[in-house]
Amino acid sequence: METAADSGVAVKPRKAPLLTQKVQKNLTIFLFLVPAFALFLLFIVYPIFKSVYYSFFSWKGFGDPTDFIGLENFQQILKDKIFQKAVLNGLLIIALSLGIQLPLSLSLAIMVGRDLPGRAIFRMIFFLPYVISEVITAIAWMGLYNPDPTRGLFNAILTLIPGVEPVAWLGDMKVVMPALFVVLTWKFFGLHMLLFLAGLQGIPMEVEEAARIDGANGLQLIRFITLPMLGSTIRTSVYLSVLGSLQQFVLVWIMTKGGPVNASEVMATYMYRFGFVRFWYGYGSAVAIVMLLVSLVFSIGYLRIIRQPDFQGAE
Amino acid sequence: MTSLMIQPRRNWKKNIPRLIQYAVLTLIVIVVFVPIVMLVFSALKTRGEAMTNPYTLPIPPRWDNYINILSAPNFWMMLRNSLLVMAATTTGVVLVCSLAAFVFARMRFRSKDLLFNILTLGLMFPINIGILPVYLLIRDLHLPDTFLGVILVQTAFALSGNIMILRGFFLSIPMELEDASYIDGCTPFDFFWRILLPIAKPALAAVAALTMIVSWNDLLVPLVLINKETLWTLPLGTMQFQGQYGMDVSLVNAFVSLSALPTIIFYIFAERQIVAGMTAGAVKG
Repeated sequence: METAADSGVAVKPRKAPLLTQKVQKNLTIFLFLVPAFALFLLFIVYPIFKSVYYSFFSWKGFGDPTDFIGLENFQQILKDKIFQKAVLNGLLIIALSLGIQLPLSLSLAIMVGRDLPGRAIFRMIFFLPYVISEVITAIAWMGLYNPDPTRGLFNAILTLIPGVEPVAWLGDMKVVMPALFVVLTWKFFGLHMLLFLAGLQGIPMEVEEAARIDGANGLQLIRFITLPMLGSTIRTSVYLSVLGSLQQFVLVWIMTKGGPVNASEVMATYMYRFGFVRFWYGYGSAVAIVMLLVSLVFSIGYLRIIRQPDFQGAE
Repeated sequence: MTSLMIQPRRNWKKNIPRLIQYAVLTLIVIVVFVPIVMLVFSALKTRGEAMTNPYTLPIPPRWDNYINILSAPNFWMMLRNSLLVMAATTTGVVLVCSLAAFVFARMRFRSKDLLFNILTLGLMFPINIGILPVYLLIRDLHLPDTFLGVILVQTAFALSGNIMILRGFFLSIPMELEDASYIDGCTPFDFFWRILLPIAKPALAAVAALTMIVSWNDLLVPLVLINKETLWTLPLGTMQFQGQYGMDVSLVNAFVSLSALPTIIFYIFAERQIVAGMTAGAVKG
């Protein structure tokens, strides 16, 4: 390839005075940053400040906010049993994700490994659910979860066992969260597997070979070589998993609308309900601020604790 | 000689874990495909067949549901709307992010780190949290029920992550190349446009592929910003179609599987770019 360096003879050196060059550089910096920062300030920074402002008002969508109530919205949110339920559900999703989804993804990544014949096909298939939209995922799974055994596959299989009653997967307050978690796992395990596979690529073959020569068996290899060397990937995965769990919306909203009786409410559905169903803009803005603070506190805390180079950017 | 005779038996023993590995992985493959396959099975049956034998193979396949949907204007309109939004958002993201990423990767100036850190804080404010504040802003700007509103919001919320991805790629391009080009009289813009971007094509492709998927699948932004039926995108239309024709499961499933088809085809062709973007994004983010 011919670069500017190779073609140095052909390009006429411009004898620009130092000042013009400096001006040129600063102008480039300015003009190149303007589009990004204009969008960023208008659609991200400004709305944050604006919703902090709105959150101090009792504003139900008519006219401008005039009814200043201080921190009352926040007090009400924290006292609301339904919001507490939403937070608990968020914590439940986090616990299940870290306890089941990530270990599953990690095991699959180790199984697919670096050299399994057919590796590329497995990777492609396992990542497919992540690429399919949440709307499609939700509707497909609602079909499987249909309580009527003549319509829903899961109950059809379940009722093959004599004496077993069909389960209202999404309609039973006790079953709905695990049922939603299964869908979340189906959708997101491929993402984490992909990250782990990329992490595995980074482990030098020689290290494993050396351990093998020293007599390590497969399990010891995983325990003492693979897992420690995947450390930073695992931390990234945990981070993404927790933030993702706190922000779930579309799947839950389409499949259950947070029901039955708020049993599957999460923070984002709670905000949507007050903001876009009831038009309580002041209250909804306060919920958004609470969610933002939760994410921010978690991120800062987590990044402080693990302090490591691959998180530099976000610190 | 002896070693040759022992070889096959050893291989057979060695293959047991392999077999278990394949058995487990195949099981997961089945789990991945069950929801998708059930959709298509049901879509290929008449309403009556879907009621009486919902779980059997669709033999003979009934294409009526698909024909119904493809011969009505709705599906095509939504497809067009989704394509339009996706194309505009992707162009915007690639353009705006590569400009900013270039400055953060290759230029030196005061308060660069501060500006970059502010930008990365945007990751803490994803659209699922920001949707209400953003909706109120769009209302003030008189942009509800326009594609422009959807495109601007999708672009803005894709900035932080993609600037970080591109900056990472741009940083990996050797400094000597840049010095040489300046010595030859290139302006920073020349270097960016004629040297950096051509080299960074794979990175730009990764960012573009990722943005396309995100925009194409996005429900929340159109759901909140778009009312007019003629402006519905595919995910929004799919959700509404399910609400409206929920009783006719086969027809809904035909619609849903059709709306999944473009994503699946795109994924098969752009898997490498999507995976590259995803991996880079997660590690940097």
